[in-house]
Amino acid sequence: MSSDKTQAAQSAGAAAEETYSAAAEVGAVRKRRTRLERIWIGLKKAPLSAWFGMTVILIYCLVALFAPLLAPYGEAQVFPVPYGPWDAEHIFGTDQIGRDVLSRLIYGARNTMGIALVTTFLSFLIGGGLGLVAAINRSWIDQILSRFIDILMAIPSLIFALMLLSIFGSTVSSLIIIIAILDSTRVFRLTRAVAVSVAVMDYVEAARLRGEGLGWVMRREILPNIMPPLVAEFGLRFCFVFLTIAALSFLGVGIQPPTADWGSMVRDNASLIQFAQYDLKAGITPLLPAAAIALLTVAVNFVVDWFLHKTSGLRDEH
Amino acid sequence: MHPVLATVLQRLALGVATLIMVSIIIFSSISLLPGDFGQAVLGQAATEDTVAAFRRELGLDKPAPVRYVEWFTSALQGDFGTSFSGRAASGVDRSRPVVDLIGPRLKNTLFLAVYAALISVPLALFLGITAALYRNSIYDRMVNAATLTTISTPEFFVAYILILLLASLNPIFPSLANVTIDTPFLERVYRTSLPALTLTLVIVAHMMRMTRAAIINLLASPYIEMARLKGASPREVIIKHALPNAWAPIATVIAFNLAYLVVGVVVVEAVFVYPGVGQLMVDAVTTRDIPVVQACALIFAATYIILNLIADIVGIVTNPRLLHPR
Amino acid sequence: MSTDNGTKKGDILVEMKDIRINGFSDERWHEIIKGVDLTLRRGEVMGLIGESGAGKSTLGKAAMGYTQPGCKLVGGTILFDGIDLAHASDGQKRELWGSRIAYVAQSAAASFNPAHRLIDQTVEATVSHHVRPAREARADAVELFRSLQLPMPDTIGSRYPHQVSGGQLQRIMTAMAMSPRPDLIIFDEPTTALDVTTQVEVLAAMRSIVEEFNTAAIYITHDLAVVAQMADFIKVLRYGEEVEEAETRKMLSKPEQAYTRSLWAVRSIEKPEQPSDDIALEIADVDAAYGGRVKVLHDVSIRLPRGRTVAVVGESGSGKSTTARVITGLLPPIKGEVRFNGQPLPRALKDRNRDQLRRIQMIYQMADTAMNPRQTVGDIIGRPVQFYLGKRGREVEKRVIELLQLIELDESFIDRLPGELSGGQKQRICIARALAAEPEIIICDEVTSALDQIVQEGILKLLLRLQKELGLTYLFITHDIATVRAISDEIVVMFQGKVVEQGPKSEILAPPHPDYTELLLSSVPEMDPDWLTQLLKSRRAEQAAG
Repeated sequence: MSSDKTQAAQSAGAAAEETYSAAAEVGAVRKRRTRLERIWIGLKKAPLSAWFGMTVILIYCLVALFAPLLAPYGEAQVFPVPYGPWDAEHIFGTDQIGRDVLSRLIYGARNTMGIALVTTFLSFLIGGGLGLVAAINRSWIDQILSRFIDILMAIPSLIFALMLLSIFGSTVSSLIIIIAILDSTRVFRLTRAVAVSVAVMDYVEAARLRGEGLGWVMRREILPNIMPPLVAEFGLRFCFVFLTIAALSFLGVGIQPPTADWGSMVRDNASLIQFAQYDLKAGITPLLPAAAIALLTVAVNFVVDWFLHKTSGLRDEH
Repeated sequence: MHPVLATVLQRLALGVATLIMVSIIIFSSISLLPGDFGQAVLGQAATEDTVAAFRRELGLDKPAPVRYVEWFTSALQGDFGTSFSGRAASGVDRSRPVVDLIGPRLKNTLFLAVYAALISVPLALFLGITAALYRNSIYDRMVNAATLTTISTPEFFVAYILILLLASLNPIFPSLANVTIDTPFLERVYRTSLPALTLTLVIVAHMMRMTRAAIINLLASPYIEMARLKGASPREVIIKHALPNAWAPIATVIAFNLAYLVVGVVVVEAVFVYPGVGQLMVDAVTTRDIPVVQACALIFAATYIILNLIADIVGIVTNPRLLHPR
Repeated sequence: MSTDNGTKKGDILVEMKDIRINGFSDERWHEIIKGVDLTLRRGEVMGLIGESGAGKSTLGKAAMGYTQPGCKLVGGTILFDGIDLAHASDGQKRELWGSRIAYVAQSAAASFNPAHRLIDQTVEATVSHHVRPAREARADAVELFRSLQLPMPDTIGSRYPHQVSGGQLQRIMTAMAMSPRPDLIIFDEPTTALDVTTQVEVLAAMRSIVEEFNTAAIYITHDLAVVAQMADFIKVLRYGEEVEEAETRKMLSKPEQAYTRSLWAVRSIEKPEQPSDDIALEIADVDAAYGGRVKVLHDVSIRLPRGRTVAVVGESGSGKSTTARVITGLLPPIKGEVRFNGQPLPRALKDRNRDQLRRIQMIYQMADTAMNPRQTVGDIIGRPVQFYLGKRGREVEKRVIELLQLIELDESFIDRLPGELSGGQKQRICIARALAAEPEIIICDEVTSALDQIVQEGILKLLLRLQKELGLTYLFITHDIATVRAISDEIVVMFQGKVVEQGPKSEILAPPHPDYTELLLSSVPEMDPDWLTQLLKSRRAEQAAG
């Protein structure tokens, strides 16, 4: 159908022609714009949900970057009153050993997001690299990698992570490495799939026929064409990693105290929820970090949704 | 041999091979243990003799393949070895067989999983199919927005909100899911309502979205347009033309989400302090009780593999190309 | 329902006035059909012809009152036998569809439900609309299968769609459309996906059954020669507007519009054949197999005279594209060799040196996928200049501009991306990329078959001019006999991985032919409304004699 429309759009100029000239044949409507202009035009057309998502992400990033400036107290600073009420001094009260909840929320943004981001990058480095190699090689390397990844993926990743953490212990570095490796299996699958679909394109064959080396084919022909789905996947994987780390911390085997982290904050203050009928504010306290997690993942999902919609060209039917 | 049978057997063989490979991975994790582990488990006071005896008991003096075969064959018979906990330097061994720890808890976990699945699977299929049929309607948009939000939310957030609303502010359900072997069935159902509800909410969101996508994908097939152009009513299009081709994608969606449910159980059990395998595994991870961790991991992985296997087999036996070969 | 087929030919069946349909793409609505009228009388067959994007399929479906998802009817009236389809409810339309109006789709393989038996799908609409009870409808379907010349008409219906061939499926779909004895059938490019030899049988079957039941039909296609066999009169569409409408014979003999004439533009190119004995490339006794198992080429030998065009013709699966892969080294042969200027070429691509690679270039069928969408025209054409000829910077740009002029485009194209070009321009850029290597031989793999006729003509003329100016040798792979006539010096006919014959154009195209060549050549529709009738008559006579 779409060809119907693009052609129709071109009709105005082409219908008049009698004698044929290749240069006069009208291509798609074209206006040269700089990259920045194009990005801004794309942004202006973004739906409300995407704007909401981008705003939230921006605020989170700012909070994470400027945590020491924004937080009223230190990350591990202990006050005499545990489970203190919400008041002017401690806006969200204090936690089970008397640390300021607001300050820990702010520092938590930095720790939780930072660790998730590093993990996601690592997982893309591993999974993306191997996926590309497998897609281009398509022989024994591909076979071995794909089979091995299939097996790794047969173990639920949270369970696998729990098992490995029990062996290596819950340090930040082992947390990052374990989750990055487990998550890279999914990145591998996606990268391989999209790269294979690009690698069978005629222009890749044309480059190989020209005698181009593997590096050139990978860098110049394949990589630029698989970026959009990979960028979208980065957002989704980040959410997944972020939730996994939060879940592990919540279970007490993730990020360890005294580092402020949203997952373990929920766990530490969970008992407060019982008092909600007497003091609603206190009851809500353990939900604050959980809400912070949910808000960020919802925001990322909104942005990814819009991005996928925009780049895939797939549109809902009207 | 009939191609369906051949394909099913092939898939089964692949499943068994995967299970064996997974068991090897789980088993070999023990060889990654740091050297002083025996000391750590038994405590500082343990003598060199007891540590050496302990290592011998773990079989660390035998070659790895032999240990693997022993471990896997006894695991198949339900013997997962002895828990690390309860051992002390004093030499008095109060540790229990892993099986005794897991047995009753496995029943609890299965009970919770089945409970949640019974509610969530029909609900998700219903929501997904109706959303696909009335896509872009207000109903579809609302269901979509709601599920996107739920998907992005950690399980424990959902769980605590439910506790806040249905246990703390309006005490309808108990906030802790205390059950023992003697708890009667109905009482058990009542006490596990909140964990089951939490799991349901999370699963329904995923499953509904996948079902919707699968059905929309199916409805875009040329043969569906053809059915419409033959004057088939929307009902006929769905029941006669879409459904017979939908079993494979739907089975995949269900299996994927049941597998997800099995994992989600870990967090939910922790929130509600429910005595299940997930909770046991988390405790074992904290205390580094490796035999228990291994046993739990194997059980979870096997469940996962079997569910996916079933989905694949449903896909195979409902594929007309395989059912009616040329 | 439609027992009133007996009513005289001439009552108006479909009347569409000022139809306007919009489609949604690129975040906005576009006009697809811009005010077209259409009148069809009972028993008449109308040909709806136009190139890709003309809106012919959209208009054809609109005649049933159907607009596909993503489109909407924004103006005009549709009367089917007095019923206002533009404003009819879904229920009213469903009552007509599958009983009084039937549809035959392009891709039969995708349009049959894989889960049901063919006979059940054939009679489904007839039974559900209570036109006939099931038992009667099934018996009737078997008779329809028989008159459509399907093999084993009694049992073929109990098969599933994947168990029969594409040509058979298309005939069964015609039976499905005919089963309720509708007043109107919409044929939407029903033979486009078929090979020519299959197409003839399907066309003949469809025509005879439409004539037998005196059904009105709208036949949608881009191929004028095909529609000439089927239609009483033809309407030409372009960009959603009507170009002209005329009775078939009149349309072919003296079309009023220049655009209509351009629809058979390729047939107007003539190239005198020039013999030559100077062999540039030779494929000798080549066997090739995919995955080391399935042998797809058997003892293929082809000779390419220097500065000439050799056309390789054959249907899908004949091995013509595989031959190209053997020459380029993508698929090393398991037997035989490729000799270039008398010297054997290394079999595999990776063993050939840069100079050997440079001398043989390739142009693909789909220019869309043959260019990296993220590289500009300058990068695409400039790369071989850098890579093979070692030029740098300004020199490359200068050469790219020269090449652009050579393919009749100007330097303003240099910073465009492929997505900003039309189909013909893309294919020209691909030609320029091949020329940039300064090759001796260019392999053209169906380079014009994805293009509209008028664009095809331009590309073919360009290739001929370049050959004359640069002394290029072409290996031209195609399934289109008109193209072969237009440009070749020699012809190779391939069938099931074997060369049937090779020789100068005049020899191959003139009788007597080997059996397969005869079948292939005679199956190509000609611009003559009587062609199919004549062909069937002569084939029947032959059968009776043989």
